[in-house]
Amino acid sequence: MSDLLAFDNVWLEYGDKIVLERVDLTIAERSFVSIVGPSGAGKSSFLRLVLGQEAPSRGRILLDGKQLAAECGPDRGVVFQRYSVFPHLTVLRNVMFARECAAARLTARLFGAARRRAAEEAEAMLAEVGLDDSLHLFPAQLSGGMQQRLAIAQALIARPRVLLLDEPFGALDPGIRQDMHRLILRLWDEHALTVLMVTHDITEAFKLGTRVLAFDKRRIDPHAPHRFGATAVYDLMLKNKLPLETPEASVTSITIDRFRNNNQE
Amino acid sequence: MRWVNVRPNRRSATALGAVPLLLALIAYLFASAARHAANASDKVLPTPAAMVAAMRSLLLDADPLSGQVIFWADTAASLERLGLGLGICTLSALLVGMVLGVLPAARSTFGAFVTTIAVIPPIALLPILFIVFGLGETAKVALIVIGITPFMIRDIADHVASLPQEQLIKAQTLGASSWQLALRVALPQALPRLISGLRLSLGPAWVYLISAEAIASDVGLGYRIFLVRRYLSMDIIIPYVAWISILAIAMDFALKQLSRRAFVWAHQSHR
Repeated sequence: MSDLLAFDNVWLEYGDKIVLERVDLTIAERSFVSIVGPSGAGKSSFLRLVLGQEAPSRGRILLDGKQLAAECGPDRGVVFQRYSVFPHLTVLRNVMFARECAAARLTARLFGAARRRAAEEAEAMLAEVGLDDSLHLFPAQLSGGMQQRLAIAQALIARPRVLLLDEPFGALDPGIRQDMHRLILRLWDEHALTVLMVTHDITEAFKLGTRVLAFDKRRIDPHAPHRFGATAVYDLMLKNKLPLETPEASVTSITIDRFRNNNQE
Repeated sequence: MRWVNVRPNRRSATALGAVPLLLALIAYLFASAARHAANASDKVLPTPAAMVAAMRSLLLDADPLSGQVIFWADTAASLERLGLGLGICTLSALLVGMVLGVLPAARSTFGAFVTTIAVIPPIALLPILFIVFGLGETAKVALIVIGITPFMIRDIADHVASLPQEQLIKAQTLGASSWQLALRVALPQALPRLISGLRLSLGPAWVYLISAEAIASDVGLGYRIFLVRRYLSMDIIIPYVAWISILAIAMDFALKQLSRRAFVWAHQSHR
Protein backbone atom coordinates (compact mmCIF):
# COMPACT_ATOMS: atom_id res chain seq x y z
CA MET A 1 0.00 0.00 0.00
CA SER A 2 1.38 3.37 -0.95
CA ASP A 3 1.22 6.49 1.19
CA LEU A 4 -1.56 8.81 0.19
CA LEU A 5 -1.18 11.49 2.84
CA ALA A 6 2.00 12.49 4.62
CA PHE A 7 2.41 14.90 7.53
CA ASP A 8 5.91 16.22 7.82
CA ASN A 9 6.51 17.88 11.22
CA VAL A 10 3.19 19.75 11.12
CA TRP A 11 2.43 22.45 13.70
CA LEU A 12 -0.70 24.51 14.11
CA GLU A 13 -0.42 27.64 16.24
CA TYR A 14 -2.74 30.58 16.93
CA GLY A 15 -0.57 33.38 18.28
CA ASP A 16 1.20 31.81 21.27
CA LYS A 17 -1.39 29.04 21.63
CA ILE A 18 -0.16 25.77 20.22
CA VAL A 19 -2.90 23.43 19.08
CA LEU A 20 -0.94 20.74 17.27
CA GLU A 21 2.76 20.07 17.51
CA ARG A 22 5.16 17.75 15.70
CA VAL A 23 2.57 15.71 13.84
CA ASP A 24 4.55 13.19 11.77
CA LEU A 25 2.31 10.65 10.11
CA THR A 26 1.83 8.84 6.87
CA ILE A 27 -1.54 7.50 5.90
CA ALA A 28 -1.73 4.64 3.46
CA GLU A 29 -4.16 4.49 0.60
CA ARG A 30 -7.30 2.41 1.33
CA SER A 31 -6.95 2.77 5.09
CA PHE A 32 -9.78 3.70 7.45
CA VAL A 33 -8.28 5.91 10.12
CA SER A 34 -10.30 6.65 13.26
CA ILE A 35 -9.17 9.69 15.20
CA VAL A 36 -10.11 9.81 18.88
CA GLY A 37 -9.11 11.96 21.81
CA PRO A 38 -10.52 14.22 24.50
CA SER A 39 -12.28 17.47 23.62
CA GLY A 40 -9.83 20.21 22.73
CA ALA A 41 -7.09 17.78 21.74
CA GLY A 42 -6.98 19.07 18.20
CA LYS A 43 -8.91 16.29 16.45
CA SER A 44 -11.07 18.70 14.51
CA SER A 45 -8.12 21.05 13.88
CA PHE A 46 -6.27 18.11 12.40
CA LEU A 47 -9.22 17.42 10.09
CA ARG A 48 -9.41 21.11 9.13
CA LEU A 49 -5.75 20.98 8.12
CA VAL A 50 -6.37 18.01 5.84
CA LEU A 51 -9.46 19.72 4.49
CA GLY A 52 -7.44 22.82 3.64
CA GLN A 53 -9.68 25.03 5.75
CA GLU A 54 -6.51 26.08 7.59
CA ALA A 55 -2.83 26.01 6.73
CA PRO A 56 -0.23 24.52 9.09
CA SER A 57 1.94 27.20 10.71
CA ARG A 58 4.97 24.95 10.29
CA GLY A 59 5.65 21.79 8.35
CA ARG A 60 4.07 20.32 5.23
CA ILE A 61 1.12 18.14 4.36
CA LEU A 62 1.54 16.10 1.19
CA LEU A 63 -1.30 14.52 -0.76
CA ASP A 64 0.00 12.09 -3.40
CA GLY A 65 3.45 13.60 -2.85
CA LYS A 66 2.29 17.13 -3.67
CA GLN A 67 1.99 19.86 -1.07
CA LEU A 68 -1.60 20.51 -0.14
CA ALA A 69 -3.06 23.89 -1.08
CA ALA A 70 -4.61 25.71 1.90
CA GLU A 71 -8.00 25.71 0.24
CA CYS A 72 -10.70 23.08 0.01
CA GLY A 73 -10.78 21.22 -3.27
CA PRO A 74 -12.62 18.33 -4.90
CA ASP A 75 -9.79 15.91 -4.09
CA ARG A 76 -11.02 15.85 -0.47
CA GLY A 77 -14.64 15.06 0.34
CA VAL A 78 -16.20 15.82 3.70
CA VAL A 79 -19.21 14.92 5.82
CA PHE A 80 -19.83 17.01 8.93
CA GLN A 81 -22.04 16.16 11.87
CA ARG A 82 -24.65 18.65 10.62
CA TYR A 83 -25.33 21.24 7.93
CA SER A 84 -23.44 19.52 5.16
CA VAL A 85 -26.34 19.26 2.71
CA PHE A 86 -27.97 22.15 0.89
CA PRO A 87 -31.45 22.81 2.34
CA HIS A 88 -32.74 24.52 -0.81
CA LEU A 89 -32.00 21.61 -3.16
CA THR A 90 -33.85 18.31 -3.44
CA VAL A 91 -32.02 15.10 -2.64
CA LEU A 92 -31.30 14.47 -6.32
CA ARG A 93 -30.08 18.03 -7.00
CA ASN A 94 -27.87 17.89 -3.91
CA VAL A 95 -26.04 14.93 -5.38
CA MET A 96 -25.93 16.40 -8.90
CA PHE A 97 -24.28 19.56 -7.52
CA ALA A 98 -20.68 18.35 -7.94
CA ARG A 99 -21.30 17.27 -11.55
CA GLU A 100 -22.99 20.58 -12.37
CA CYS A 101 -20.09 22.59 -10.92
CA ALA A 102 -17.55 20.56 -12.86
CA ALA A 103 -19.35 20.68 -16.20
CA ALA A 104 -20.80 24.21 -16.33
CA ARG A 105 -18.32 26.79 -15.06
CA LEU A 106 -20.61 29.76 -15.61
CA THR A 107 -24.15 28.63 -14.86
CA ALA A 108 -23.39 25.59 -12.66
CA ARG A 109 -26.49 24.07 -14.24
CA LEU A 110 -26.84 21.31 -16.81
CA PHE A 111 -29.46 20.95 -19.51
CA GLY A 112 -30.70 18.27 -21.89
CA ALA A 113 -28.69 15.09 -22.31
CA ALA A 114 -25.87 16.17 -19.99
CA ARG A 115 -28.41 16.81 -17.26
CA ARG A 116 -30.03 13.40 -17.76
CA ARG A 117 -26.65 11.69 -17.55
CA ALA A 118 -25.79 13.54 -14.34
CA ALA A 119 -29.20 12.69 -12.89
CA GLU A 120 -28.76 9.00 -13.74
CA GLU A 121 -25.36 8.94 -12.11
CA ALA A 122 -26.74 10.70 -9.04
CA GLU A 123 -29.66 8.27 -8.85
CA ALA A 124 -27.26 5.32 -8.95
CA MET A 125 -25.22 6.86 -6.13
CA LEU A 126 -28.38 7.51 -4.10
CA ALA A 127 -29.51 3.93 -4.65
CA GLU A 128 -26.22 2.78 -3.09
CA VAL A 129 -26.94 4.70 0.11
CA GLY A 130 -30.60 3.65 0.10
CA LEU A 131 -32.19 6.98 -0.75
CA ASP A 132 -33.54 6.02 -4.18
CA ASP A 133 -37.16 6.54 -3.14
CA SER A 134 -36.60 10.04 -1.71
CA LEU A 135 -35.16 11.73 -4.79
CA HIS A 136 -37.47 14.73 -4.80
CA LEU A 137 -37.68 15.47 -1.09
CA PHE A 138 -35.94 18.42 0.52
CA PRO A 139 -33.40 17.72 3.30
CA ALA A 140 -35.74 19.17 5.95
CA GLN A 141 -38.15 16.32 5.14
CA LEU A 142 -35.49 13.68 5.85
CA SER A 143 -34.54 12.14 9.19
CA GLY A 144 -31.08 12.75 10.63
CA GLY A 145 -29.76 9.41 9.39
CA MET A 146 -31.12 10.00 5.88
CA GLN A 147 -29.52 13.45 5.79
CA GLN A 148 -26.15 11.87 6.61
CA ARG A 149 -26.66 9.25 3.88
CA LEU A 150 -27.34 12.10 1.51
CA ALA A 151 -24.23 13.96 2.66
CA ILE A 152 -22.14 10.82 2.03
CA ALA A 153 -23.61 10.26 -1.45
CA GLN A 154 -23.06 13.92 -2.28
CA ALA A 155 -19.40 13.69 -1.26
CA LEU A 156 -18.72 10.37 -2.99
CA ILE A 157 -20.02 11.42 -6.40
CA ALA A 158 -17.10 13.86 -6.66
CA ARG A 159 -14.73 10.84 -6.38
CA PRO A 160 -12.51 12.32 -3.65
CA ARG A 161 -9.03 10.91 -2.94
CA VAL A 162 -9.74 11.14 0.79
CA LEU A 163 -13.09 11.14 2.56
CA LEU A 164 -13.07 13.15 5.79
CA LEU A 165 -15.77 12.43 8.36
CA ASP A 166 -16.17 14.85 11.30
CA GLU A 167 -18.25 13.00 13.92
CA PRO A 168 -20.64 12.01 11.15
CA PHE A 169 -22.81 9.72 13.28
CA GLY A 170 -22.59 11.64 16.54
CA ALA A 171 -26.11 13.05 16.37
CA LEU A 172 -27.86 9.79 15.42
CA ASP A 173 -29.76 7.20 17.46
CA PRO A 174 -27.80 4.03 18.34
CA GLY A 175 -29.82 1.76 16.04
CA ILE A 176 -29.47 4.11 13.07
CA ARG A 177 -25.79 4.46 13.89
CA GLN A 178 -25.24 0.72 13.42
CA ASP A 179 -26.90 0.85 9.98
CA MET A 180 -24.68 3.78 9.08
CA HIS A 181 -21.59 1.83 10.21
CA ARG A 182 -22.53 -1.00 7.88
CA LEU A 183 -23.15 1.47 5.06
CA ILE A 184 -19.87 3.34 5.43
CA LEU A 185 -17.85 0.09 5.61
CA ARG A 186 -19.56 -1.20 2.47
CA LEU A 187 -18.89 2.05 0.59
CA TRP A 188 -15.30 2.10 1.85
CA ASP A 189 -14.82 -1.35 0.44
CA GLU A 190 -16.69 -0.92 -2.86
CA HIS A 191 -15.29 2.50 -3.74
CA ALA A 192 -11.75 1.75 -2.48
CA LEU A 193 -11.89 4.83 -0.27
CA THR A 194 -9.35 6.28 2.09
CA VAL A 195 -11.25 7.55 5.13
CA LEU A 196 -10.26 9.80 8.03
CA MET A 197 -12.95 9.83 10.70
CA VAL A 198 -12.98 11.96 13.84
CA THR A 199 -15.19 10.47 16.54
CA HIS A 200 -15.96 10.77 20.23
CA ASP A 201 -17.07 7.18 20.39
CA ILE A 202 -14.20 4.77 21.16
CA THR A 203 -16.27 1.69 20.28
CA GLU A 204 -17.09 3.21 16.91
CA ALA A 205 -13.40 3.98 16.33
CA PHE A 206 -12.41 0.34 16.89
CA LYS A 207 -15.36 -1.08 14.94
CA LEU A 208 -14.68 0.86 11.77
CA GLY A 209 -10.99 1.72 11.72
CA THR A 210 -8.06 -0.20 10.30
CA ARG A 211 -5.96 2.21 12.29
CA VAL A 212 -6.77 4.30 15.36
CA LEU A 213 -4.98 7.56 16.12
CA ALA A 214 -5.40 8.98 19.62
CA PHE A 215 -4.68 12.68 19.88
CA ASP A 216 -3.64 14.24 23.16
CA LYS A 217 -1.00 16.49 24.67
CA ARG A 218 2.24 14.72 25.52
CA ARG A 219 3.13 17.24 28.21
CA ILE A 220 1.16 19.78 30.16
CA ASP A 221 2.65 22.85 31.78
CA PRO A 222 0.17 23.69 34.55
CA HIS A 223 1.19 27.36 34.44
CA ALA A 224 0.79 27.71 30.68
CA PRO A 225 -1.43 24.88 29.41
CA HIS A 226 -1.68 26.48 25.97
CA ARG A 227 2.07 26.24 25.34
CA PHE A 228 2.04 22.54 24.57
CA GLY A 229 0.12 21.25 21.60
CA ALA A 230 -1.48 17.88 20.98
CA THR A 231 -0.20 15.20 18.67
CA ALA A 232 -0.94 11.57 17.85
CA VAL A 233 0.11 9.93 21.13
CA TYR A 234 -1.12 6.46 20.19
CA ASP A 235 -1.08 5.03 16.72
CA LEU A 236 -2.61 1.57 16.59
CA MET A 237 -2.77 -0.58 13.49
CA LEU A 238 -5.69 -2.97 13.89
CA LYS A 239 -5.63 -6.48 12.54
CA ASN A 240 -9.04 -7.42 13.86
CA LYS A 241 -11.85 -4.94 14.09
CA LEU A 242 -14.48 -5.12 16.80
CA PRO A 243 -17.55 -6.88 15.41
CA LEU A 244 -20.17 -4.43 14.18
CA GLU A 245 -22.71 -5.85 16.62
CA THR A 246 -20.64 -4.77 19.65
CA PRO A 247 -23.07 -2.85 21.80
CA GLU A 248 -22.21 0.73 22.47
CA ALA A 249 -20.88 1.50 25.91
CA SER A 250 -23.74 3.85 26.59
CA VAL A 251 -26.61 1.71 25.35
CA THR A 252 -27.44 -0.35 28.43
CA SER A 253 -26.60 2.20 31.06
CA ILE A 254 -25.17 5.63 31.42
CA THR A 255 -22.98 4.52 34.32
CA ILE A 256 -19.95 2.28 34.09
CA ASP A 257 -21.44 -0.84 35.57
CA ARG A 258 -19.03 -3.73 35.30
CA PHE A 259 -20.78 -5.90 37.90
CA ARG A 260 -24.29 -5.46 36.51
CA ASN A 261 -25.54 -3.93 39.74
CA ASN A 262 -28.16 -2.02 37.89
CA ASN A 263 -29.85 -5.04 36.32
CA GLN A 264 -31.59 -6.49 39.36
CA GLU A 265 -34.37 -8.68 38.04
CA MET B 1 -56.82 23.61 31.62
CA ARG B 2 -54.11 26.25 31.90
CA TRP B 3 -54.48 29.44 29.88
CA VAL B 4 -51.12 28.85 28.19
CA ASN B 5 -52.49 25.64 26.68
CA VAL B 6 -55.61 27.14 25.18
CA ARG B 7 -54.89 27.07 21.46
CA PRO B 8 -57.62 28.23 19.07
CA ASN B 9 -58.05 26.16 15.90
CA ARG B 10 -57.95 27.79 12.48
CA ARG B 11 -61.55 28.80 12.26
CA SER B 12 -61.86 30.17 15.78
CA ALA B 13 -58.51 31.96 15.33
CA THR B 14 -59.98 33.83 12.34
CA ALA B 15 -63.10 34.65 14.32
CA LEU B 16 -61.04 35.83 17.30
CA GLY B 17 -58.87 37.96 15.03
CA ALA B 18 -61.96 39.72 13.66
CA VAL B 19 -63.29 40.63 17.12
CA PRO B 20 -60.97 43.63 17.88
CA LEU B 21 -61.52 45.00 14.36
CA LEU B 22 -65.29 44.80 14.75
CA LEU B 23 -65.13 46.31 18.24
CA ALA B 24 -63.08 49.25 16.94
CA LEU B 25 -65.58 49.76 14.14
CA ILE B 26 -68.55 49.64 16.53
CA ALA B 27 -66.81 52.03 18.95
CA TYR B 28 -66.26 54.46 16.08
CA LEU B 29 -69.91 54.26 15.00
CA PHE B 30 -71.10 54.97 18.56
CA ALA B 31 -68.68 57.87 19.01
CA SER B 32 -69.65 59.31 15.64
CA ALA B 33 -73.37 58.98 16.41
CA ALA B 34 -72.87 60.63 19.82
CA ARG B 35 -71.02 63.61 18.31
CA HIS B 36 -73.62 64.04 15.60
CA ALA B 37 -76.39 63.93 18.21
CA ALA B 38 -74.69 66.88 19.95
CA ASN B 39 -73.78 68.75 16.75
CA ALA B 40 -75.37 67.71 13.43
CA SER B 41 -72.59 69.37 11.37
CA ASP B 42 -69.67 67.69 13.20
CA LYS B 43 -66.64 67.14 10.89
CA VAL B 44 -64.24 65.27 13.20
CA LEU B 45 -65.95 61.86 13.26
CA PRO B 46 -67.98 61.68 10.02
CA THR B 47 -70.68 59.03 9.70
CA PRO B 48 -70.28 56.26 7.10
CA ALA B 49 -73.00 57.91 5.00
CA ALA B 50 -71.02 61.17 4.96
CA MET B 51 -67.87 59.29 3.89
CA VAL B 52 -69.71 57.57 1.03
CA ALA B 53 -71.11 60.90 -0.12
CA ALA B 54 -67.71 62.61 0.01
CA MET B 55 -65.90 59.77 -1.76
CA ARG B 56 -68.53 59.33 -4.46
CA SER B 57 -67.32 62.20 -6.63
CA LEU B 58 -63.64 61.36 -6.06
CA LEU B 59 -64.32 57.78 -7.11
CA LEU B 60 -66.66 58.30 -10.03
CA ASP B 61 -66.38 61.78 -11.54
CA ALA B 62 -63.48 63.06 -13.61
CA ASP B 63 -61.72 66.12 -12.24
CA PRO B 64 -62.62 69.08 -14.53
CA LEU B 65 -59.01 70.38 -14.41
CA SER B 66 -57.03 67.22 -15.17
CA GLY B 67 -59.75 65.07 -16.74
CA GLN B 68 -58.82 62.15 -14.44
CA VAL B 69 -60.77 60.45 -11.69
CA ILE B 70 -58.95 61.79 -8.63
CA PHE B 71 -59.03 58.70 -6.41
CA TRP B 72 -57.66 56.36 -9.07
CA ALA B 73 -55.11 58.92 -10.28
CA ASP B 74 -53.86 59.27 -6.69
CA THR B 75 -53.66 55.51 -6.27
CA ALA B 76 -51.83 54.98 -9.56
CA ALA B 77 -49.33 57.76 -8.85
CA SER B 78 -48.56 56.49 -5.34
CA LEU B 79 -48.28 52.86 -6.39
CA GLU B 80 -45.98 53.79 -9.26
CA ARG B 81 -43.61 55.65 -6.92
CA LEU B 82 -43.75 52.87 -4.37
CA GLY B 83 -43.22 50.15 -6.97
CA LEU B 84 -40.26 51.94 -8.56
CA GLY B 85 -38.69 52.62 -5.18
CA LEU B 86 -39.15 49.09 -3.89
CA GLY B 87 -37.98 47.58 -7.19
CA ILE B 88 -34.75 49.56 -7.17
CA CYS B 89 -34.25 48.74 -3.48
CA THR B 90 -34.77 45.03 -3.96
CA LEU B 91 -32.41 44.70 -6.91
CA SER B 92 -29.63 46.80 -5.40
CA ALA B 93 -30.00 45.18 -1.96
CA LEU B 94 -29.75 41.74 -3.52
CA LEU B 95 -26.69 42.66 -5.55
CA VAL B 96 -24.78 44.53 -2.84
CA GLY B 97 -25.96 42.25 -0.04
CA MET B 98 -24.77 39.15 -1.91
CA VAL B 99 -21.34 40.66 -2.61
CA LEU B 100 -20.95 41.73 1.04
CA GLY B 101 -22.23 38.41 2.35
CA VAL B 102 -20.17 36.14 0.14
CA LEU B 103 -16.83 37.99 0.04
CA PRO B 104 -15.22 38.68 3.44
CA ALA B 105 -12.91 41.23 1.79
CA ALA B 106 -15.88 43.22 0.46
CA ARG B 107 -17.48 43.04 3.91
CA SER B 108 -14.35 44.47 5.53
CA THR B 109 -14.18 47.24 2.94
CA PHE B 110 -17.81 48.36 2.71
CA GLY B 111 -19.53 46.97 5.82
CA ALA B 112 -18.82 50.02 8.01
CA PHE B 113 -19.78 52.34 5.14
CA VAL B 114 -23.20 50.72 4.73
CA THR B 115 -23.74 50.81 8.50
CA THR B 116 -22.91 54.53 8.53
CA ILE B 117 -25.34 55.27 5.71
CA ALA B 118 -28.00 53.22 7.48
CA VAL B 119 -27.96 55.38 10.63
CA ILE B 120 -28.69 58.62 8.74
CA PRO B 121 -32.41 59.41 9.18
CA PRO B 122 -33.71 59.39 5.58
CA ILE B 123 -36.24 62.16 6.17
CA ALA B 124 -33.34 64.45 7.13
CA LEU B 125 -31.99 63.85 3.62
CA LEU B 126 -35.25 64.85 1.95
CA PRO B 127 -34.26 68.55 1.54
CA ILE B 128 -31.02 67.44 -0.10
CA LEU B 129 -32.95 65.14 -2.44
CA PHE B 130 -35.30 67.97 -3.39
CA ILE B 131 -32.32 70.25 -4.07
CA VAL B 132 -30.46 67.62 -6.09
CA PHE B 133 -33.33 65.97 -7.96
CA GLY B 134 -35.87 68.78 -8.03
CA LEU B 135 -39.48 68.44 -6.90
CA GLY B 136 -40.41 65.77 -9.48
CA GLU B 137 -40.83 62.02 -9.20
CA THR B 138 -37.11 61.25 -8.87
CA ALA B 139 -36.78 62.79 -5.40
CA LYS B 140 -39.76 60.83 -4.06
CA VAL B 141 -38.51 57.52 -5.42
CA ALA B 142 -35.00 58.35 -4.20
CA LEU B 143 -36.29 58.90 -0.66
CA ILE B 144 -37.84 55.42 -0.58
CA VAL B 145 -34.66 53.91 -2.01
CA ILE B 146 -32.37 55.69 0.43
CA GLY B 147 -34.65 54.94 3.34
CA ILE B 148 -34.88 51.21 2.82
CA THR B 149 -31.91 49.94 0.85
CA PRO B 150 -29.30 50.12 3.65
CA PHE B 151 -31.51 48.04 5.96
CA MET B 152 -32.15 45.45 3.26
CA ILE B 153 -28.48 45.30 2.26
CA ARG B 154 -27.47 44.63 5.85
CA ASP B 155 -30.21 42.05 6.26
CA ILE B 156 -29.15 40.10 3.15
CA ALA B 157 -25.43 40.45 3.87
CA ASP B 158 -25.86 39.21 7.47
CA HIS B 159 -28.05 36.34 6.35
CA VAL B 160 -25.63 35.19 3.66
CA ALA B 161 -22.62 35.61 5.93
CA SER B 162 -24.28 33.50 8.61
CA LEU B 163 -24.99 30.52 6.35
CA PRO B 164 -23.39 27.51 8.07
CA GLN B 165 -19.67 27.39 7.35
CA GLU B 166 -20.08 23.64 6.78
CA GLN B 167 -22.23 24.29 3.70
CA LEU B 168 -19.68 26.59 2.13
CA ILE B 169 -16.85 24.14 2.84
CA LYS B 170 -18.90 21.29 1.46
CA ALA B 171 -19.62 23.22 -1.75
CA GLN B 172 -15.91 23.87 -2.19
CA THR B 173 -15.05 20.21 -1.71
CA LEU B 174 -17.60 19.51 -4.45
CA GLY B 175 -15.58 21.75 -6.77
CA ALA B 176 -17.58 24.98 -6.62
CA SER B 177 -15.77 28.21 -7.54
CA SER B 178 -16.55 31.51 -5.76
CA TRP B 179 -19.01 32.39 -8.52
CA GLN B 180 -20.70 28.98 -8.44
CA LEU B 181 -20.88 29.15 -4.66
CA ALA B 182 -22.58 32.54 -4.83
CA LEU B 183 -24.92 31.49 -7.62
CA ARG B 184 -25.97 28.04 -6.46
CA VAL B 185 -25.58 28.08 -2.67
CA ALA B 186 -25.86 31.68 -1.41
CA LEU B 187 -28.30 33.27 -3.89
CA PRO B 188 -31.13 30.72 -3.60
CA GLN B 189 -30.94 30.90 0.19
CA ALA B 190 -30.89 34.72 0.11
CA LEU B 191 -34.08 35.03 -1.96
CA PRO B 192 -36.67 34.04 0.71
CA ARG B 193 -34.85 36.33 3.11
CA LEU B 194 -35.05 39.12 0.51
CA ILE B 195 -38.82 38.73 0.35
CA SER B 196 -39.22 38.75 4.11
CA GLY B 197 -36.95 41.82 4.28
CA LEU B 198 -39.12 43.48 1.65
CA ARG B 199 -42.24 42.67 3.65
CA LEU B 200 -40.72 44.28 6.74
CA SER B 201 -39.72 47.31 4.63
CA LEU B 202 -43.23 47.94 3.31
CA GLY B 203 -44.20 49.95 6.43
CA PRO B 204 -41.24 52.35 6.28
CA ALA B 205 -41.63 52.59 2.48
CA TRP B 206 -45.20 53.91 2.90
CA VAL B 207 -43.99 56.39 5.53
CA TYR B 208 -41.34 57.79 3.18
CA LEU B 209 -43.77 57.87 0.25
CA ILE B 210 -46.43 59.79 2.14
CA SER B 211 -43.88 62.18 3.66
CA ALA B 212 -42.46 62.99 0.25
CA GLU B 213 -45.94 63.41 -1.25
CA ALA B 214 -47.08 65.60 1.65
CA ILE B 215 -44.24 68.05 1.13
CA ALA B 216 -44.12 68.51 -2.63
CA SER B 217 -46.53 66.85 -5.05
CA ASP B 218 -49.65 67.46 -7.11
CA VAL B 219 -51.10 63.95 -7.10
CA GLY B 220 -50.91 60.91 -4.82
CA LEU B 221 -52.62 59.39 -1.81
CA GLY B 222 -50.38 61.22 0.67
CA TYR B 223 -50.75 64.50 -1.19
CA ARG B 224 -54.58 64.23 -1.11
CA ILE B 225 -54.72 63.52 2.63
CA PHE B 226 -52.55 66.53 3.44
CA LEU B 227 -54.46 68.71 0.97
CA VAL B 228 -57.96 68.04 2.37
CA ARG B 229 -56.64 68.36 5.94
CA ARG B 230 -56.89 72.12 5.37
CA TYR B 231 -60.69 71.77 5.08
CA LEU B 232 -60.89 69.33 8.02
CA SER B 233 -62.28 66.76 5.56
CA MET B 234 -62.15 63.70 7.79
CA ASP B 235 -64.77 62.14 5.49
CA ILE B 236 -62.04 61.88 2.82
CA ILE B 237 -59.01 61.33 5.04
CA ILE B 238 -60.46 58.27 6.80
CA PRO B 239 -61.40 56.36 3.60
CA TYR B 240 -57.98 57.20 2.13
CA VAL B 241 -56.18 55.89 5.21
CA ALA B 242 -58.33 52.74 5.11
CA TRP B 243 -57.48 52.31 1.41
CA ILE B 244 -53.74 52.70 2.12
CA SER B 245 -54.03 50.02 4.82
CA ILE B 246 -55.83 47.68 2.43
CA LEU B 247 -53.15 48.20 -0.23
CA ALA B 248 -50.39 47.55 2.33
CA ILE B 249 -52.07 44.37 3.59
CA ALA B 250 -52.62 43.13 0.03
CA MET B 251 -48.96 43.69 -0.88
CA ASP B 252 -47.79 41.91 2.25
CA PHE B 253 -50.10 38.98 1.56
CA ALA B 254 -48.99 38.74 -2.07
CA LEU B 255 -45.31 38.67 -1.08
CA LYS B 256 -46.00 36.00 1.55
CA GLN B 257 -47.80 33.82 -0.99
CA LEU B 258 -45.02 34.35 -3.53
CA SER B 259 -42.43 33.21 -1.03
CA ARG B 260 -44.49 30.13 -0.08
CA ARG B 261 -45.00 29.11 -3.70
CA ALA B 262 -41.50 29.85 -4.97
CA PHE B 263 -39.45 28.65 -1.99
CA VAL B 264 -41.24 25.58 -0.67
CA TRP B 265 -38.11 24.38 1.12
CA ALA B 266 -37.86 27.56 3.21
CA HIS B 267 -41.32 27.14 4.68
CA GLN B 268 -41.07 23.54 5.84
CA SER B 269 -40.67 22.95 9.53
CA HIS B 270 -37.09 21.99 10.26
CA ARG B 271 -36.44 18.96 12.39
